[in-house]
This record gives sequence, structure tokens and C-alpha cells, in this order.
Amino acid sequence: MIMLVLGGNSETAFETAKQFAKHQGAEIILASRNMEQLEKNAKDIELRYNVPASAVFFDADDTDSHREFYTSLAKKPDIAMIAFGRLGDQEKAQADFAEAEKIFKTNFFGAASILEIIAADFEERGQGTIIAMSSVAGERGRKSNYIYGSSKAALTAYLSGLRNRLAPRNVDVITVIPGFMNTKMTDGMELPPALTAEPEQVADDILRAYKKRKPVVYTKWFWRWIMFIIKSIPEKIFKNTDI
Amino acid sequence: MKLHGWGKYPVIESCGKHFSRDGEVTELFESKDEFIPHGMGRSYGDSALNTRVAFTKRFNRILDFDPINGLLYSESGLTLSEIIDIFLPRGWFPMIVPGTRFVTLGGAISGDVHGKNHHAAGCFSQCVEHMEVLVPDKGVVKCSTKENPELFSMVCGGMGLTGVILRTCIRLRQVTSGYISENIFPAANLEEILRLFEERINDEYSVAWIDCLASGSRLGRSVLMTGTHAANGDLTAKPGMALTVPFDAPGFLLNKHTVEIFNHFYYKSNSTPVRERMTSLYKFFFPLDAIDSWNRIYGSRGFLQYQFVIPKQAGKEGLSIVLNKIASSGMASFLAVLKLFGAKNSNTLSFPMEGYTLALDFKIQDRLFPLLTELDAVVTDFGGRIYLAKDARMDRATFQKCYPEWETFRQYREKTFAVNSLNSLQSKRLGI
Repeated sequence: MIMLVLGGNSETAFETAKQFAKHQGAEIILASRNMEQLEKNAKDIELRYNVPASAVFFDADDTDSHREFYTSLAKKPDIAMIAFGRLGDQEKAQADFAEAEKIFKTNFFGAASILEIIAADFEERGQGTIIAMSSVAGERGRKSNYIYGSSKAALTAYLSGLRNRLAPRNVDVITVIPGFMNTKMTDGMELPPALTAEPEQVADDILRAYKKRKPVVYTKWFWRWIMFIIKSIPEKIFKNTDI
Repeated sequence: MKLHGWGKYPVIESCGKHFSRDGEVTELFESKDEFIPHGMGRSYGDSALNTRVAFTKRFNRILDFDPINGLLYSESGLTLSEIIDIFLPRGWFPMIVPGTRFVTLGGAISGDVHGKNHHAAGCFSQCVEHMEVLVPDKGVVKCSTKENPELFSMVCGGMGLTGVILRTCIRLRQVTSGYISENIFPAANLEEILRLFEERINDEYSVAWIDCLASGSRLGRSVLMTGTHAANGDLTAKPGMALTVPFDAPGFLLNKHTVEIFNHFYYKSNSTPVRERMTSLYKFFFPLDAIDSWNRIYGSRGFLQYQFVIPKQAGKEGLSIVLNKIASSGMASFLAVLKLFGAKNSNTLSFPMEGYTLALDFKIQDRLFPLLTELDAVVTDFGGRIYLAKDARMDRATFQKCYPEWETFRQYREKTFAVNSLNSLQSKRLGI
């Protein structure tokens, strides 16, 4: 089994790759921009779990390069994970549309571009699993991060459609919806420890969802219920809240 | 965020950052605010605490392994637990392990930790082939006992105060089994246990549980456990299912009477000698790791671990005074461990010296502090010292008596500007 991890330098992606190498014996291909980090990550996986692991250059924002990137892979993956993302700066995005575009470029267009190429391959082969990191921020827009949130909302909707399209071809699409995560992306934010997942916990949840062929996984699990409540607040009331 | 050591005392408000590249550590140095590296948070007191900390546990990649010589090259946040999980099935085991496997390499080196084989193998620094340390005035410097030996002796046991350990190369030992051939010897009193330590000096591993509530003719009642690596070819040993303590237990649960009852049954159940029993490595070395968050049993105020060593010649007399003081204080130590150390090494602040070391856990209560101050005096009068990796409360004068080379260490920190950038609550309290 071969697993391709796009955004392989993120802590969550790296931990997930380790879980799949450890428990599924998966061969790992890590893809991202910082090759020095990526090669260290690949070597670590190889030494820990005795599985082949390699590093390849991939730039999510450079959508023109995606087709060539995928065609040039010596071996095609059975699992593809989308773990790249850009949090951006909400205030900056309000004032400067270029920032908003950048957020969308990575989180939505970058993801959709490479996923179309992978989906076509999986569809033809009649096998494969796509795992993509979305966010609870995409479940309901809030003033503090609605640009990021709407890019993730677009991704969630996209994944739902892709799942629908690929289901008859036996291809699984797993939408991962994390709440707070203790990663580089959230460095410096004050997150409530009880609600915050470590990358290792997110990786465990993803592996479990893969084994159980779950279409949507919230991590930590209770975020499903937190978001259920948040989504059921009427807009009339929600517009005046400070959540 | 709230941050504390394993003893949950003290608890402070701290701002922590993970790092995964050397450059991020350089940035910490450049920003001028002091900080201290923080690994698994298993040092008991305040030695890895400050208002700013650098979390190291995600800086844990394995960079290379030489399967001929057992040399493991990795980033410093790798834990002994990870190393054992990965390498025990391949027939390799760390040369020195402390009482918990949930410790990073950086932490093990900074505390120059010891294990049940200290008398035979020395401290953790003994298995460090070389390491790369980021020092404030020079950037990344490689050191070992041969290359930059001064830096090496300041980093091993240096409590993270002389530089940030980035990468280490440690030597693993070959084992053919995941089991230990274990012996158990009951000892009715202090004299017997000290004699047993001498008799079993050739056993590779040894440690004793001691009943610190026993007094009179039973003062020092103990159970000695010794062991050697088995050779049964079975490398499949696994840690058992971890139990967990889900919340802070009410503080009153651990008191003199409950501990007395526990000690009674523990001693009785080990009152017949056992020879060459096969015990898994995990159970032999890390019995407490089987209970996740066991530090919660002391209640929400937390606890102090008090570990000291006194020179061998002071042994019986010094230990008797300490044990009598504890027994008559009525403050019960739930966990009490006695061990005979081998010779000291040349690292400036390394704790072990030839003699007896006793480690005691006390739940925090107001009357505990005066007792420990009294014990400090006994320990230093006999020329002993207190372990920095456990400490949260000793005073400056005691520290300076315990570690006669403290000035050399302090001057080194001043010379390299580490004193401006690397500090813990402990280093400030003690003027390290």
C-alpha cells in the first residue's frame, strides 16, 4: 500500500503518515516545499517502521505544476492525503483582497486542482482513498476567521461532491474536520486544553476513520456535537454573538 | 497556559513554543527573553519551568541508525519510550534507563539521569557518543568527551542551562531478550539492606523499596530487587495496558495510615526471596509507567520528590537519622526507593556520587517544608547532595554546599551569555 501525503511537513500529516506506516505497513511518499525538512521526515519514517519512505517537491499554490507532479510519481498511491493549508490573517484579508485570494488559492483551489487529477486516476483504477483536512471553521462563518472558514466550507462541499461521484467506483473520500489543534498553525493562540487535540490524537482518529471507512470524521469527536449546537443557533441570534 | 513539572508543584502561567528546526531555536535566543527547554515534563520540580519554554518533544526525528555498532543519531526530543518500542524488537536497548521511559534524550542528558545500573554503568552521559548543542555565543557546537569536553561536561547534568541540545548520538546495547532475570531479597532492617547491596554488587541492576514508616528494630525494612538481562531470545515483551488516574485524588487519601497499610502488605508479599524470575523489561524498569498520570494520587496540591545521596562511609548513620526524622514526623512517603551508587563522574553538576541515594515522595502540606529543611542540613553535614531534577524548594546555601563546583558552572554561564537567555525558576531560585 502506498500513501501520498501532500503537505507532508505539517505535524498532523507527519503523524498520520507515521500511523499508517506503523499499523498498515504503508509505503510513504511525502510531498511539500521544504525539501530539507521533508527528507528528514521521510528518513525518520523509514528508520522507525522499516517501510520505504521518500520525499518529493510539491507546491499546492502552483496549480499549473500539479499534473506533471502526479504523472511523474514512479508509483501511484492507494491513499492520498491533503494536509496543506493556510490560516492567513483575517484582518489583513478584509483590507487586502490579495490575502483573501492567497487563502483560497491554497485551501480550495490548490486542493481541488490536485484532487481532480488524483480522483481521475482512482476513478479509473476503481480503488483508492482520499483523506482531506478541512476545518470546523468551515461549518459556520464567524467574524474572527470567515475568509479561512469559507475556503474550508468550499473544500468540505467539494469533498462531499467528490465522494458522491467516486462512491460507485469504490473510492472512499474522508473529510477530516478538526477543531482546535495544537500545531504550528495555532502557535501563540490561547486554546482551551480540554478541547484541543494533539497531532497524534488527530492521526489516531484519521486511521480509525480509514479502517471503518467513515466519510466524515470530527476530531476530537465531540466537535461534531459542538458544531451541531453552533450550527443550530438561528442567524438572527448568531449575528450578535462573539463566539 | 498552565505549566508544571511531574510533581504538579509549582504551577505557573507560561507561554510555550514547539520547534522543529534549528533556526527556530536561534530565533528564541535572538528575541532576548529568557527561556528553558521543556521535554516530557518529567522532572519533578521547577527545573523545566519558566514563563517562556521551548517544547522539544516534537523535535524527535531519528536521523540515522548504525545497526553494527548500535549508534542512534536523532533529534533531542526523541523519548526513551519511542527508542525502546522501535529498537527492542530489533535486539537493542538503551544502556541506561531512569525509572520512567517517558523522558526525552535532551532531558536525560540535562539531568544526567541514572538507572538501576548506576553502580555498574554510570550516568546517562556515559552512553552519549557526541551531541550538537546550540549555545548562545557560538551557534551549533558539536561536543563529546574528546571534542569540546568542557562544553560536554557543562551540558551533561547542566539542567538545560548551558545550551539547547539539538541532536544526539547515543550508543544502544545489544540484548537478546525483552526480559530481566529478577531476584528479590527481603531485608528486615537498615543493616541488612546495606549488607545485601554489597553482596549483590555484581548484579547488573539493583534497587530497593524501603518502608520509611518502620521504626525501632525494623528501621529501614526493605525489599531489594536485582536483575540481569535474560537470554531467552524472546524480544516480544510489551508494556501492559496502561491504567490511568483520571482526576486528582482527594489529598487525604494518602496519609500515614493508608501508607502504613500499603507498606505492611507490600513487605509481606515480598518476604520470601525469589530467584531468577522472568520479568518483562517494562515491569522491571518502569513499574510506575503502567499507571498513566500517577502523579494525581497526591491530590491537587501536588507533591515533592526529595532525592539525596550521602557518601558511602556516612551510610548507616546518615540514613538512620533521616529515616528516624521521617518516621517521627508522621509524614508518609508513599514511594521510597534506596540505591547504592557507583563512583561520581566529571560532569560539573551531575548528581550521583559513591554512596546511598534515597528518593521519597511527599504530598504537599505546610509542615512538609520545615521537615525537608531539617533533612537538607543532615544531608549536607554528611557531605551529601540533593538532586536538581527533583527539587522545587531547596535554598541557595544548600545548593552551594551540595555542588561545590557551582561557581565554575555559573562562571561558564556568564562567559557564554547563557545566564541571560537560559533560565528556569530553579536556576533563578538557586543562582545557578
